Amino acid sequence: MSKFKKKKGGDLPAISTASLPDIVFMLLFFFMVATVMRDSTLMIQNALPAADQIQKLDKKDRVMYIYAGKPSSRYQDKYGSQARIQLNDKFADVSDVAAFVLAERAAKRQELQNVLTTALKVDGETNMGLVSDIKQELRKVNALKINYTTRVGDYTQNMN
Amino acid sequence: MADIAFLLLIFFLVTTTIETDSGINRKLPPTDEVVDPPIIKERNIFTVVVNKDNRLLVEEELMEISDLRQAAIAFLDNGGGKDEEACDYCQGKRDPSSSDNPEKAIISLKNDRETSYKVYIAVQNELVAAYNDLRDREYAKIDQFSGLTYREAQKRYNDPRTSADDKAKLKPKLDEVKAKFPQKLSEAEPSKTN
Repeated sequence: MSKFKKKKGGDLPAISTASLPDIVFMLLFFFMVATVMRDSTLMIQNALPAADQIQKLDKKDRVMYIYAGKPSSRYQDKYGSQARIQLNDKFADVSDVAAFVLAERAAKRQELQNVLTTALKVDGETNMGLVSDIKQELRKVNALKINYTTRVGDYTQNMN
Repeated sequence: MADIAFLLLIFFLVTTTIETDSGINRKLPPTDEVVDPPIIKERNIFTVVVNKDNRLLVEEELMEISDLRQAAIAFLDNGGGKDEEACDYCQGKRDPSSSDNPEKAIISLKNDRETSYKVYIAVQNELVAAYNDLRDREYAKIDQFSGLTYREAQKRYNDPRTSADDKAKLKPKLDEVKAKFPQKLSEAEPSKTN
């Protein structure tokens, strides 16, 4: 008779938590692999040109970054499709570059102020006019060490 | 399961490196006007012009970018000078209408405002490569035993993990090679289209 006895009580059995650590680890790995570190949010297209005669840019604390390129598609309604400069998280004009460099320089430690390098991360499709304007501004504030940041590759990739 | 996860965790911890940027280093000229610019002979200047259509004019002749490196090497390594200006390590043609010696040879790069940046970088890359090729050659002469090229030696010198001892050994050799082929790349202000 007891074979056909109805199970008593509506309680659900407790969910086993033995696999929770595994789930947590899985999440951990997913984010570890998927994250890309970057300093500022790019609002421009930034496909760097390729070069192979390059030197590493070690010591991040003595580098300041200037980005330039066409605004990315979601900013194009507002800012147009002409190449622009991005400093930190904002679009900027050529005339803002000098002030930016001075501010960056003032924020660094005294002994580093004379050895700063300016890394130009410029999109490959940009015209040299904009780059030359930036260079002229840098000369005015005596930030003479520059680095044209590129990706590693053969120069022929730039020619199409 | 957790053990496997830890194993993976440690594996990734050990193998990941935070990517550092790399690129072509350049130094801009200071702004103060040179009162009395030195007179440079025409034969000691190698002019490279990139126009708004990204085409190359080298020494008044059209050139493909694939030939630029060889042309620059031929110019720098020419060693056409006589007597005091002779260059005993040059292996060029010693053409009297080209550069006297690497110390005097200047590459002048001029671009248009509408030149595209990636072509400009390609040209810069090839010109730097010309210097590096020549420096590699000279470095092999003074440092036969380490099996390093100039480029590798320079990389090792810049690597923060290299010990101070090794750096001290590398520095005089690197300086010697750099003095033999000093990088004299001058950039004119870009011309305006129209």
